[in-house]
Amino acid sequence: MSELTGWGRTAATVGCPVSATAAEVPAVVRAAGERGLIARGLGRSYGDPAQNAGGDVLLPLPTEIGAVAADGTVRVGAGTSLHDLMVALLPRGRFVPVTPGTRYVTVGGALACDVHGKSHHVTGSFGDQVVDLDLVLASGETRTVGPAREPELFWATVGGLGLTGVITAATLRTIPVETAYAEVSTQRLPDLDAVMGEMREGDADVTYSVAWIDTLARGAAMGRSVLSRGEHATRELLGDVPDVLAPPRPPRLTVPLTPPVNLVSLPAVRAFNEAWFRKAPRHRTGEIQSLATFFHPLDGIAGWNRAYGPHGFVQYQFVVPDHEDATLVRILERISAARLPCFLAVLKRFGPGNDGLLSFPMAGWTLAYDVPAHPSLAPLLEELDRQVVAAGGRVYLAKDSRLHPALLPQMYPRLDEFRAVREEVDPHRVLRSDLARRLEI
Amino acid sequence: MLNALGQPQTLLLLGGTSDIALATARVWARSGDLHVVLAARPGPRRDAAAAELTAAGASVAAVDLEAEATDTHSALIAGIERDIDVALVAFGVLGDEERAWQDHAAAVHLATVNYTAPVSLGVCLADRMKRQGHGVVVALSSVAGERVRRSNFVYGSSKAGMDGFYLGLGEALRGTGARVLVVRPGFVRTKMTEGRDPAPLSVDADDVAAAIVKGIANGDDLIWVPAAMRGVMSGLRHVPRALFRKLPL
Ligand SMILES: Cc1cc2nc3c(=O)[nH]c(=O)nc-3n(C[C@H](O)[C@H](O)[C@H](O)COP(=O)(O)OP(=O)(O)OC[C@H]3O[C@@H](n4cnc5c(N)ncnc54)[C@H](O)[C@@H]3O)c2cc1C
Ligand SMILES: NC(=O)c1ccc[n+]([C@@H]2O[C@H](COP(=O)([O-])OP(=O)(O)OC[C@H]3O[C@@H](n4cnc5c(N)ncnc54)[C@H](OP(=O)(O)O)[C@@H]3O)[C@@H](O)[C@H]2O)c1
Repeated sequence: MSELTGWGRTAATVGCPVSATAAEVPAVVRAAGERGLIARGLGRSYGDPAQNAGGDVLLPLPTEIGAVAADGTVRVGAGTSLHDLMVALLPRGRFVPVTPGTRYVTVGGALACDVHGKSHHVTGSFGDQVVDLDLVLASGETRTVGPAREPELFWATVGGLGLTGVITAATLRTIPVETAYAEVSTQRLPDLDAVMGEMREGDADVTYSVAWIDTLARGAAMGRSVLSRGEHATRELLGDVPDVLAPPRPPRLTVPLTPPVNLVSLPAVRAFNEAWFRKAPRHRTGEIQSLATFFHPLDGIAGWNRAYGPHGFVQYQFVVPDHEDATLVRILERISAARLPCFLAVLKRFGPGNDGLLSFPMAGWTLAYDVPAHPSLAPLLEELDRQVVAAGGRVYLAKDSRLHPALLPQMYPRLDEFRAVREEVDPHRVLRSDLARRLEI
Repeated sequence: MLNALGQPQTLLLLGGTSDIALATARVWARSGDLHVVLAARPGPRRDAAAAELTAAGASVAAVDLEAEATDTHSALIAGIERDIDVALVAFGVLGDEERAWQDHAAAVHLATVNYTAPVSLGVCLADRMKRQGHGVVVALSSVAGERVRRSNFVYGSSKAGMDGFYLGLGEALRGTGARVLVVRPGFVRTKMTEGRDPAPLSVDADDVAAAIVKGIANGDDLIWVPAAMRGVMSGLRHVPRALFRKLPL
């Protein structure tokens, strides 16, 4: 038995970890007891989707990375991390089309949350990069599904939080790159209007785009941001840099233990946000950054989530449709008035969503906001939930650890279709997680 | 499930008509989506409690609990289908102090309700929560059990016993996902103490409720209400008996 939490280190429960190879998965699923089983990746979801109190928790399957086929696709085991995949792909001049803000996620976890990256407006999400995947159902039977093969089960599995079965492998599309670097432009924007305007107008012309917002700025400076955009750097641009396809390295720094108190205090965060905004260039183009620095700045410090102390933290990430700018403004006003210690919230403009029944992205604005966990947060976040729902938006379940089940059907209008698929492939609810219990999925 | 902000979804009140239990349920009911299993003796008090919590926004299921009928306890716990996120062991009797040590039946009754029954239900809850892999048992002990005094030693000794049992149970459950929070209130103005003169540092049921809610969110295993009682009791615990006897307690 072992105690598990998500990345936010809240709401620990105890389950029974199980290790297996892909070939053993059917037997492991069939052997699950009355509290069921859930697959776990690297536990980078913030809340409780990858833990199963009193039941089995299947740990990541062994890393497996096939050769890149002529059409640029690659066959990978679901337990493979994106870090390992990048290490394997970059020397071959390939990269993943979608990467979240950390590369320490598994392919299985990226599929089960249908994760998005800075390219969402161009590439869609992780599920959009799949040719097919192998899924072990509750019965122990294996199905190969994809957008062109049993699409219903496929789109229930993409974003399905592990509740349709255990993904054992997938065939993914990759993209060609000339280097392991990005050509980055950075722009300091004085307020929310400016950053939204810039993203609305300019995002279509760039592949990668995201803005960091200082949620502590008030008044005329509310929403001041640093907008970061980029493209894959060409060989030519790099000139005589040696080893242009050098893969990312493991973290160099580690937070070795959990401090007894939360170190993320308001004065510290305010000072940091101020300095960071001042230090950003008004507008700089053509800067060369490694892909690791550009995509995964936080991966440089292992275990940074421990800094929040024993009570952990939550991330509130929501999306509201394009025409709901006003809701985004209102929520940011509310957040900045609350004066909570938040290091740099992240704002991104999504392109259209896909057919994933529980997929998060939809065309519009998404904001991710990290704060220390405390009971007093509940009324604020519940108020934001109501605004998000009223605007036709939703919160991201990969980040959630506190939503109440009553709002879920409104946020995810295809929930009933998801439940129908689950009823068909797992009538006895073998696949279960704390999140599924909490949200009564 | 208990969420990241310490809000439970299913709350079991053992002694569902207790003022302290109801005050605690009200706090969580306010944030919505709370299901309360109200285990209490049937009657108008239980009906009123159910109506009150329903009005506060909770969904309520009433089940019968007779603390003394320990042979019914395991079926009661087994009959609750949902995961029990938080269980409050709140029933108890204060009784008439002088009768309690001179009337055999009264003494046995008090000891059964305040000690044997909490032990019986504690064992059932521990088994259940261990299998769930999560859950918190909140045991309403009392400062009266921390240093038992002449004026109410039957009650005090029963609380001392239940306090020791639940602290020990918390230790035994470490690593299982289940937790125990022992709560030691001082004088609380509730129907139990109605008509008695409030002692110094007395509080209301709502104060105890707030402390319980905070204690659960913090992952505490032992709290005093008010918090200042901790220091007072730690002093009193070391007063020599000859002097303690003379204190107006
Ligand atoms: C610093 C940081 C930055 C992040 N940035 C982003 C971002 O930019 N965009 C974004 O979308 N997300 C982001 N995330 C969230 C993260 O990408 C997702 O939560 C991702 O799912 C985590 O993958 P994991 O392997 O750790 O899976 P876990 O967190 O362990 O599990 C997540 C879900 O996947 C399921 N799962 C795992 N393996 C399998 C399998 N083999 N079969 C079936 N189901 C499985 C689990 O049951 C669970 O429901 C970020 C997280 C962190 C910590
Ligand atoms: N009030 C204080 O000053 C104080 C201080 C420290 C500790 N405590 C403890 O806190 C807990 C709650 O007290 P409270 O102040 O909320 O008192 P309360 O309102 O009187 O609640 C006690 C409840 O116990 C129930 N009960 C008594 N005998 C029972 C039995 N045989 N079977 C089932 N239920 C029975 C009663 O239910 P019915 O409705 O069926 O009678 C009553 O509602 C008790 O354990 C008490 O000892 C209280």
